[in-house]
Amino acid sequence: MSAGVGVDLEKLWIRFGDFVAVRDANVKINGGDFFSFLGPSGCGKTTILRAVSGFLEPSDGRVLIGGNDMKGIGPNKRPTALIFQNLALFPLMKVWENITFSMEIKGASAKERRKRADELLDMIALPGQGDKLPSELSGGQRQRVAIARALCAEPDVLLLDEPLSALDLKLRQHMRTELREIQQRVGITFIYITHDQGEALTMSDNIAVMRAGVIDQIGDGKTVYNDPATAFAASFVGENNVFRGKVKQVSGDTALIATNRSGELLARISTANQGKMQPGDDAMLFIRPEAFALAPAGASGDHFVTATVTNEEFEGNVFNIFMEGDGGKELKVSLPNLGQSFESHKGQPMTLQYDVQNAVALPAGELATE
Amino acid sequence: MKSFSFMRVSIWVYLAIFFAYLLGPLVIMSITAFNSPEFPRATPWECLTFEWFAALFQDERILNGIKNSILVGAGTVVLSVAMGLAGALMLTQIWPKLRATYYTIIIAPILIPGVVIGISTLVFWDRINRMVGLGADSFLSNGLFLTVIGQSTFIASYCMLVLVARLQRYDTALTEAALDLGATHAQAFRKVLLPFMKPAIASAAVLAFLASFENYNTTTFTFGEYPTLTIELAQKVRYGITPAISALAFIIVVLTVFAALFNEANIRRKDLVAAARKDATVEELESGKFRVPGFLSSNWAAVALVVMACATVVVVGTATVYSPAQCIANVQEQKRIETELRIQELRQRRAEEAARKAAEEAETAPKPQAAPSDNNSGFGGVFSPNTLTGEGEEESKAPEAEDNSNSGFGNVFAPSTLSGD
Repeated sequence: MSAGVGVDLEKLWIRFGDFVAVRDANVKINGGDFFSFLGPSGCGKTTILRAVSGFLEPSDGRVLIGGNDMKGIGPNKRPTALIFQNLALFPLMKVWENITFSMEIKGASAKERRKRADELLDMIALPGQGDKLPSELSGGQRQRVAIARALCAEPDVLLLDEPLSALDLKLRQHMRTELREIQQRVGITFIYITHDQGEALTMSDNIAVMRAGVIDQIGDGKTVYNDPATAFAASFVGENNVFRGKVKQVSGDTALIATNRSGELLARISTANQGKMQPGDDAMLFIRPEAFALAPAGASGDHFVTATVTNEEFEGNVFNIFMEGDGGKELKVSLPNLGQSFESHKGQPMTLQYDVQNAVALPAGELATE
Repeated sequence: MKSFSFMRVSIWVYLAIFFAYLLGPLVIMSITAFNSPEFPRATPWECLTFEWFAALFQDERILNGIKNSILVGAGTVVLSVAMGLAGALMLTQIWPKLRATYYTIIIAPILIPGVVIGISTLVFWDRINRMVGLGADSFLSNGLFLTVIGQSTFIASYCMLVLVARLQRYDTALTEAALDLGATHAQAFRKVLLPFMKPAIASAAVLAFLASFENYNTTTFTFGEYPTLTIELAQKVRYGITPAISALAFIIVVLTVFAALFNEANIRRKDLVAAARKDATVEELESGKFRVPGFLSSNWAAVALVVMACATVVVVGTATVYSPAQCIANVQEQKRIETELRIQELRQRRAEEAARKAAEEAETAPKPQAAPSDNNSGFGGVFSPNTLTGEGEEESKAPEAEDNSNSGFGNVFAPSTLSGD
C-alpha cells in the first residue's frame, strides 16, 4: 500500500427528507490513490463529496479519514481540501492571497505567505502571476490557482468536484495529464467527481460508477470498461451496442443469449455476475463498437451479426459506421483510422464478426440515458 | 422624418422642464445665498455678498444643530448598517417558507409613518426607563440615544434592502471554500463575506447618514435636549429666515456635487484602466511596461471635479478679500433716492388727483351725493381700488378721506376746491 491517508465510507446513507441521495455506499479508498466517482448528474456523487469534506452529515453510516471517524468534525477541522466546481476563488483577493488563504487563517506573516505562494505558483507553472486578480486569469490558469490554493492547506485528501467541466476540450485534455502529474508529485489521495468517463478513465487508479445514489461498480479503469458489473456501467462508461434477450444456455463463464432480433449470440459473463445468470433470465449483451470486425456479407466466422450499412462518418481517429440489422436493430461500428483507404459500403449488407471475450453478457437492467 | 424630429424636440423639451423642476429651486436658492437683501430672494440682484456664510458660521444654534445631526447620523449609520446586515444575512439563511413573511415584517418600518415611529419610540423607552427605575436624566431618555434608536428603526430597513441586493450575488461556495481551508465561521465572515459586501455597506452607510440627516418627523418627538439641524431650521423658519439658511443649503449642495463627481470620476477611471488593460498586449502586461491612463485623460468627471475644486478655491479666496460694503452702501443710497423719488412722485400724483376731483366736484356740486356714485355698498370707499395704492399714501390719506366723506355739502368746502380753475 502506498503512503497517504485513505478514506473509507461505511454503509453511508444520505437522505434529504424522503429523497435518498446516497444508498448504502461502501467504498474503500487507498491512501495516495486517484479515485473517481463517475456517474450522470444527480446520481449523488457530489453529495458523497460533501459528506467527505464535512459540509453534510451522513444520515447513517460513517466516513473515516485515515481510520478516524469524522462524525461531528466540521469542514475546517478535516484534513481535506475541496476544489469547487466553480472553483470559488476569492474574487477580491490577489492570486497569491488566494493561494495562501489557509496560511493567513493560521496567522502566517505576509512574507512567509508570499514565499510559499511563489513556490506553489512555480509548481503550477504560473510564475510571476501572483499579483493578478483571479478575474484577470484564463480559465485554465484559474483552475491551477484553485489547485494550488487547496494544496497550500496541505490536506491529506484533495477532493475535486468536476473542476474541469467549465473548460474547453483542448484545455480539459491538457489538465487531465497535469492533474495526474500533480497527484503523483504530491502523493496525497485525490477523490475526483466527474460525469465524463474519459476523465475518469485517463486519470484514476480506481473508479466507482454511480447510478441514482447506488454504487454499481468499483474497479480500475480497465475493469470498469472491459468487465462492467451492471448494464448501467456497461452503457454509461464508453459506447456500447446492446442486444436484449434471454439467457438460453450457460456453460462455464460463457452464456448463449437468444437476442430478440439478432439471433443467438455467445458472450462472456462478466466477472461480477458469474454463477448468477440462469437460463431463462432476461439478459443484455454488450459489444463495443470497436470490438467488431467488418467483413463482406457471407463471410463466415465463429460469432457474427449481419447488418446493412446505413451511414458512414469520419471522426478523425475513427470511422464510425452505422448499420441496421434485422428488425431495424441499430448498430455502431468504429474502425480505427490507420491511414488506410476507406471504401464506402453504404447500402451494402455486411457481416460483423466479434470475439466472445469482447462480448459481455449481463443481467438485464437500467441503461444510461446519455 | 418629421414626426421623428418632433419626437426628439419634445424629448428635449421634456428633459428641460424636468430638470428645471428638479434643479430650479436649488439654483434660485443658491443665488439668494449670495444676494445681500435681508430676506432670501434672487431678484432684484443687489450686491454680491458672502456675509451670509459668515452669519451662518456665527449662528450658535445652527452650528449646534449640525453637530447634533452629525452625532445622530454617525450613531444611526453604525446601528442601521449593523442591523441591516444582520437582517439581510438572516433573509438569505432563513427557511424558504418563512422568507416572504420575514421580508414583510422587516420592511414594515418603512411603511409606518415617521411620526408614529417617533411617538412610539418615545413612549416605549420612557416605559423601559421607568421599569428599570432610572431618572429622567438617564441615558435611556437622552435625546441623542432616542433619536438614533428611533431613526434606526426604519433606516435599518433601507440598509437591509441595499445589502440584500448585493448579498444575492454572493456565491455561498466562497464561504464554504474558506471553511474548507480551515477558517472558522467568524474568519470566513470577516475575510471573505465582509470584503465582498464592502461596496454595499458603503452605499448603505451613505444612505443611512443622508436619511438620518434630513429626518424631521421622527426626530421631532425624540430630540430632547439635542435638536438636530432640521429641527433648528424648522424652529428658525417660524421667526422668519435669513439667507444664512440658503448659504447652508448651498454648502450642502456643493458638498453633494463634489461627492458625486468624485465617485463618478473614480468609476470612470476604473473602467478606463480596465479597458486599457484589455487592449494591452500580453507582453506589455508581463513586462510591467503597461501604462495606466492618467487621472484626467478622457474622464470628464475628473476634469469637472478639478475645475470645481479650483473654482471653490478661487471663490473662497475672493470671499476673504472681497468686501461688499461699498456696493451695499451704494445700493442703500440708491434705495433711499428711489424711495424719495417715489414719495415725491406719489405726492405729486395725489395733488393732481385731488385737483382733478375738486374740479369734477365743482361741476357736479348741486347733486347731493356725487362721490359714492360708483359705490353702492355700505362700506364707503374702503374697497375702492385706489384706497390701497401704497404706503407712501399716508400723508395724502387725510385729505382723501375727506374727499370721500359723504357730507351733504359735496366737498364744496374742501381746501383744495379753490385751487382749481
